[in-house]
Formats: sequence, structure tokens, C-alpha cells
Amino acid sequence: MERGQLLSLSAVELGAAVRAGETTAVEAMEAVLGQIEESESIYHCYVTIDREAALEKAAQVQKKIEAGELTGPLAGVPVAVKDNLCTEGLLTTCASRILENFVPTYSAEAVRNLEKAGAVLVGKTNMDEFAMGSTTETSFYGETKNPCNPEHVPGGSSGGSAAAVAAGECFFALGSDTGGSIRQPASYCGVVGMKPTYGTVSRYGLVAYGSSLDQIGPLTKTVEDCAVVLEAIASHDPKDSTSIAREDTDFSGALVNDVKGMRFGIPRDYFGEGLDPEVRQAVLRAAELLKGQGAIVDEFDLSLVEYAIPTYYTIAAAEASSNLERFDGIKYGYRAQDAQGLHQMYKKTRSQGFGPEVKRRIMLGSFVLSSGYYDAYYLKALKVKAMIKKAFDRAFEKYDCILGPVAPTTAPKLGESLSDPMKMYLGDIYTISVNLAGLPGISVPCGKDSKGLPVGLQLIGDCFQEKKLIRAAYTYEQSSKGGKE
Amino acid sequence: MAKEYETVIGLEVHVELATRTKIFCGCSTAFGGRPNSHTCPVCTGMPGSLPVLNKKVLEYAVAVGLATNCNITRYCKFDRKNYFYPDNPQNYQISQLYLPICRDGYVEIDTEEGSKKVGIHEIHMEEDAGKLVHDEWEDCTLVDYNRSGVPLIEIVSEPDMRSAQEVIAYLEKLRLIIQYLGASDCKLQEGSMRADVNLSVREAGAEHFGTRTEMKNLNSFRAISRAIEGERARQIDLLEEGKAVVQETRRWDDAKETSYAMRSKEDAQDYRYFPDPDLVPVCISDEYLEEIKARQPEFRTEKMKRYREEFELPDYDIEIITGSKHMADLFEATVALGSQPKKVSNWLMGETLRLLKEKEMDPEEIRFSPENLGKLIALTENRAINSTVAKEVFEAMFQEDLDPERYVEEKGLKTVTDESALRRTVEEVIAANPQSVEDYRNGKEKAIGFLVGQTMKAMKGKADPAGVNRILKELLGH
Repeated sequence: MERGQLLSLSAVELGAAVRAGETTAVEAMEAVLGQIEESESIYHCYVTIDREAALEKAAQVQKKIEAGELTGPLAGVPVAVKDNLCTEGLLTTCASRILENFVPTYSAEAVRNLEKAGAVLVGKTNMDEFAMGSTTETSFYGETKNPCNPEHVPGGSSGGSAAAVAAGECFFALGSDTGGSIRQPASYCGVVGMKPTYGTVSRYGLVAYGSSLDQIGPLTKTVEDCAVVLEAIASHDPKDSTSIAREDTDFSGALVNDVKGMRFGIPRDYFGEGLDPEVRQAVLRAAELLKGQGAIVDEFDLSLVEYAIPTYYTIAAAEASSNLERFDGIKYGYRAQDAQGLHQMYKKTRSQGFGPEVKRRIMLGSFVLSSGYYDAYYLKALKVKAMIKKAFDRAFEKYDCILGPVAPTTAPKLGESLSDPMKMYLGDIYTISVNLAGLPGISVPCGKDSKGLPVGLQLIGDCFQEKKLIRAAYTYEQSSKGGKE
Repeated sequence: MAKEYETVIGLEVHVELATRTKIFCGCSTAFGGRPNSHTCPVCTGMPGSLPVLNKKVLEYAVAVGLATNCNITRYCKFDRKNYFYPDNPQNYQISQLYLPICRDGYVEIDTEEGSKKVGIHEIHMEEDAGKLVHDEWEDCTLVDYNRSGVPLIEIVSEPDMRSAQEVIAYLEKLRLIIQYLGASDCKLQEGSMRADVNLSVREAGAEHFGTRTEMKNLNSFRAISRAIEGERARQIDLLEEGKAVVQETRRWDDAKETSYAMRSKEDAQDYRYFPDPDLVPVCISDEYLEEIKARQPEFRTEKMKRYREEFELPDYDIEIITGSKHMADLFEATVALGSQPKKVSNWLMGETLRLLKEKEMDPEEIRFSPENLGKLIALTENRAINSTVAKEVFEAMFQEDLDPERYVEEKGLKTVTDESALRRTVEEVIAANPQSVEDYRNGKEKAIGFLVGQTMKAMKGKADPAGVNRILKELLGH
């Protein structure tokens, strides 16, 4: 198959073509590497690409496919992995200077699950440093650009993964989502992205940002790919105490083009001030389309939306301030060379090793946990978190899915966001409640704005209701021809 | 010194639990491995690694809590204690602050004024840190994470103790309870039991406590006693001089018999404790508690009572035997194999204690098996060996748990009871010692002792002493 034709395939289509002998895992990897050769200098989706290892691995996988040892839908399909997921023997930097030389001795459980499924690793994608940011501009290794328009950011923090899928520099990717870090870049880059229910995908090997909020999930070209990838990476892992034993992980079974009788709730709170009119229009049009397919669509008040951002930034920063303590120059990673004594070594290493956004969140987190403030900030945030979960519980008594935008705007221009962190934080308003409540959420492309930038439709489900999301997203995708109608 | 002072002491006791693996990963807790050979991504704080609670740790902590009359927290959590130090790979220690596993317990100790309750404020589970090794030759510091993640419980007492004697009694009590549970070997010297002493003084009858200090680095009961006496005197001197006691942490130097300040309250760190989001809360069911209760062993007080009734041993023997779980187990097992209780006890009270003292060993380190002790007792019972030989065999058995029957056989130590062999040797001894024979005949009764000794010597100690005596007296015409 020629490269253009290959790259137009979805992950599942490619897997089928490899199994049918129409192409090979090596040919697919060569196509991806060719595309990287062509466009990576513009988009900069990756921090690390190991071409030789990728081709070698593709050849091994091809042999196993031919021997009948690998028969799954992802066998032979090139995958990109966010650089905060540990990969044995391959540099894992979290886009930070402080891990500039860190090569893990083990792979994240999600990565191992993909390897077992026969997917082949292309490389490690760029991200906001330690997943802190919404634009992929806080990376120590330079920003990633949006393949839909390189003057714009790809979103973040999984911006490299979303851009790589959009640019054809891989067939699908893994990201992590703590406050919207999969769904928002998926929305900005016009791909599908899903954050599963907390505990569905093992966090073992994911370098923690906000441990109680982090989830790994897929970024894909289609809803079908999304379901298939989620099915491959979801597992109960005894190495992760927060991992849940689920028996309903046959997500591809939910790829049904039918929403008749499904109830969708549109929270009025998500359509207030700050929402770009073009985004609003695109999302409401998507709701209309689902209605036309037989869905019941209703407006309601979710409540507490305005508390989500302060709650999120308190909890995530608190956990991050502790999670990032291990980066001290002692055991691995960057160490300042010109320090006298232990205390100064810590101080210089961390001052030089972390970027400004990471430092801001470490300071914020240390503050809210400090003695005398713990009750007023951290404990209060936990209480609000529980209330937000209750507000969702009430909504899911009435609705199968909550429908809304992913982000208030389409992708901003490069350089516009970092000067005003508060504005950047407010951009997470529609995504972070999902993490606070541990719910699954999916972002599906639903058209473009007048500048030609993609808009994302967000569907939120109750805990363990990924199948409803997949069914609704699949139906929307099929009936809108990928959001183009 | 006109004023009377009262010492107020509370203890923080760390006990290393005897689990096979670490508290949050599957690495071995064994001592003595090559540096960093018992490590994995979890206990070295690698990015992305996650802790998983070792269920045995919970079991031990609950068992100790039940044995010390604590309330068990049915919904307990782990918290992170954040501080930077290289022996702590994550730069936070996983411990328990807000919801510790056990609370509000007590143990009873014997004091000069009778029995007294010492309150236990709480018991919590936590992980141990690694070890820093300072290489002075290379002028660098290395870190060994083999101990990182070894499970500990910290037992925090109420400030209920008033003297060093009470502190030692409390520690002995804890040690025995924990050893009986098999939860730890509790060796102070090796650090599997560590005690920090919080001490303040106040004028007798005063209503409020004085300012306290915390003393660290106490590696023996003796060091604890001396540190308490020293710190009491230091604080009283300060008060007598009209100075204030500063709230601080002090380090005891046992060689110099003095302490020095490590850090004051002002330097106290803010540990920014918060619940560890990587670990799920531990919920303890009624069934679980019942199960652990059902498995609790017979503790010392019950055992002492039973020994009195079942074995009719003197109180002194019972006191010593039950003072060590290992010794009590050894005693019971030997008796179960058919030896007479008092005979077994005699070996433990006599030769065993003597050798333990001589070799500066703990009863826990006794190596010989009940089978071999039983065989040795049987050998003396049926007069196969005499008591001198028995002591020699016992010492060999104490050193390296050998089979006394085979040992006696191989070394040819069996008592010679053959009448003709004894008579022949006695005749030789009489012939060789005319002076002693004459002395004896002249009425010096003592002289016979010398002749018996010479006969035993000639027979390499294996002669039956009663037989030798009889033959001697007969031949000397008594």
C-alpha cells in the first residue's frame, strides 16, 4: 500500500489490513516514520523517537502476526505514548529538564498491555511539563504546534499525542487526563479522546501529577479506535491499589449506531459567559443531530460548576507538590553541578530542573497543605469535591449522558495563554469536574469554527458507563460523518 | 535541693515487623544483603511506581493493638509525611497521622507500688527509611535502600511513666507481647525495637506538665535508664538555676553518658501531612477482627498460671522461662517429647542461663532443638553419661545443636559401669598413690576424694562415680 493510502486508515482498519496481508507492520511503521520525516520539524509532536527500535519491533510483531501468535485488532499498529508514561529502556522526561536523562527500568502497565496487543511504539510524545498546562507550551523541549493550523497550540497537556494522531505521525496515542488533558487537546486537534472512569486503566508507571485525578486514556482518529484501544489498556492491576476489577471492558461491543431513547442532559451552567459563540453553536448543533436520531435531549442545572476550578487546583497542586518531591537530583535525573552541600544541591537542582508553571503549582500545593491552612484549603476542597460528585449523581438519575463543550474556545494562538495563567486555568472549566467526580468523558470532533479550527463535543457519563459514551459518540460520528455535517 | 520533683515520661516505640516482604512492595526484608539488592521501583521512589499495602503488616498491627487493649480504627488511612532527606527516596514517608490503626489502649506493668496501667495513645503503621553510608575516603555519601520500606509500627504511650524502672517495665512488657505474637523479634541492639523518650519534670504536686524534651539514639535498656537519669538531672538543674527547659530533640551519646541538642521546636519542620491518594482506605470488618482475635496466642500471664498448675514449677523458674517466648516454646516442646518438666527447667535455669550470660546472648538466640535437649536428659536419666560429661555434651550442643546421642557415641563418652574395668583402674590408682592411701587409713577422710579424682582422670571422666567410690572404700578396707 502506498503511504498516503496507509495513513488515511484508522488504527482498526490498519490492523485489519495487516492481518489480511494487504500491508505489514513494517510498512505501516515506515509510513509513520516517513510522515514524521516530513512534518515533525513543523509540529514537534515527539520528545523522543527511536526509529531503529521501532522498525525492529515492527518486524518482530509482523513475524508473530504471520505465525498466528498475535491476532488482535491492534497488532502491528504504530502507537505514540505520552512522555509521562514509563517505557523500559526508553527516555521518559515528562517534558521536564529534571528528567532529561531518565531511562526507566520498567514499562507502565498500560504500555505493557498495548505491547501484549501487538501495538508498536513509535516514540514518546511532547506534553506540558509534568502534565501541568493546557497548551503543551510549558515543555522544556519546545512547544508542539497544532497540525490543523501551526500558528495555534495543540492544547494540553497531552498536546503531542493529539497532534501526532492529527498529523498522521502515529495511528493512535496514549495520553493522561488529570483535568482535561486528553479531551481538550483532542478537541483542539480534531481527534477523539477519552478519559475513562478513575481506576479503569492502571496508573502503574504513569508519572503522577494529581494521583487521585490522573487517568490514562486513548487519543484516536475514530470512536471505533477509541473503544478498541480502551479495551486493550483497561485492566485490573494489583500493582495499583486504586485499580478496579471490571468485567465490562468489552468496549468495542458498544459500537452501536443507535441512540433511540437515550437521555442527554445539557447543563445550562456550561453555556454561560465565556463560551465562544461558534463553539456553542457547533455543540448545540450536535445535540440537535442526536435528537434527530431519536435521543431525548433536555436542559438542566448541574450547579457548583464555578467551584470546580478552585477545588481542582487545590487538590491537584497539593498532590503534585508531594508527588514531585522525589525529583531531587539524588537518584536519577538532572543534578545541579555547582552546589555546596545537600541543602543547596536540592535547591539548585529543583530551581534549575523545574519550569515556572511546575514551580507555581508546587508552591500552591505546599501552601494549601501547610499547617494552619490544611483545613481551610485542602480539607474544604475535598468536601466540595464530594458535593460535586453528588451533583453529578443527581444528574445521572435523569440522564444517560451529559452533553456539552470540551473547552470554551477553539485552540488559542501560540504564546497567548502563558502570560495569563488564570485565564488558562479557566479554560479547564468544562473538563475538570469530570476528574473530580472520577467520571468517564469523551471528546468527539463536532465541526470547525470560521477560522477552520476544530470544535470538540464532550459527553460525560456516570462511573463505569463508558459504553453509553461510546455508543452515543459512535452514533454521532456516524450520522455527522466525523463532525463534518 | 529543697524541692521535690516528679519525672513525667512518655515513650515513642518503633518496632520493625517480622514480615517476609516490605510494607508496600514485594522486596525481601532480610538483613545483610548487598547494598540496594533488596529494592525495586517502589522502594527506591522511581517515577510512576505505586505502593500496595502488605496485608501481613495490617494483621500484625491489629494483633498488637488487640493485645494492648486498643480500639481498632475500622476505617483507617495512610498519610504522607513530607520531608526532604536522601534516605527517604520519595521525600515523603508513608505513615498514619489522622486515622491511625489503633487508639486508646494500655498495658499493665508491675511497679514497687503494685500494678499500674500505662496508657497507649495510638499505634500506627509506617515505612522505614534507607541507610546513608558516608565514605570518608572518597568524601561522598552513598545510600542503601535495602531497609527502605521495611514495615514499622510506632507505639505512642501516654505520659504515664514516672521513673526509669517504670519505663523499662513498660518496654519489657511491650517486647514480650510483641514477641509472643511473633510480630517482631524486638532487639534494641539491632534496631528492630527503638525507643524515643519524651521527658519533663515538675514540682511534686504541680498541676501542669513541664516543658518536655525528646531523647533519641537509645540502643539498650541500660542506655535508656541512664539517659532518663541524666535528662531528669539536667532539667532539674536548669529549673533550680531559674532557667527554662527548651522544647527540643536531644541525642544521647551513651559512651560519653551525655546528650546534646539536635533541633529545637523553632526548627520543627512542617510535614504537610495529607492522606496518600495512592492507597485506598483500610476498612476492617467484624469478621476480620474476630479472626485475628481467635489467632491471638497465650500471653505470658496466662502461660505463667498454666505452668504453675500443669508443671508445678517454682515461681522463679516460671518467671525466667516465660520471660522469653523462645525459651517457653523450647520448654514446652521438650516436655511434650516426654521429658520431666523440672528436669527440663533445670537445664534452662542452670547451664543455659550460664552460657547465655557467658556468651552475652539473648534467650532468643538459643539454637539447640527440643529433640536434642530431650535426648540429653534421657542420657543422664538412664545413667548412660555422668553429670560432668553431660555438661560437656550440653555445651557442645549449645554451640551447634548437635545430636547428643551421636556425640557421646563418637567421642566415646559413655559411662564405664563394667565392674572389672573399674576395679582394675582403682587398683592402679591405689598402687600409684601410697601416700594418700596411708593418709586415708590414718583417718584423713578427705584423701578419698583425691583418689576418686585420680580414678576419674585415669578414665577420662567417664567412670560411674558411685561405682568408683564403692570399690575404693572396699579395697581400702573400710
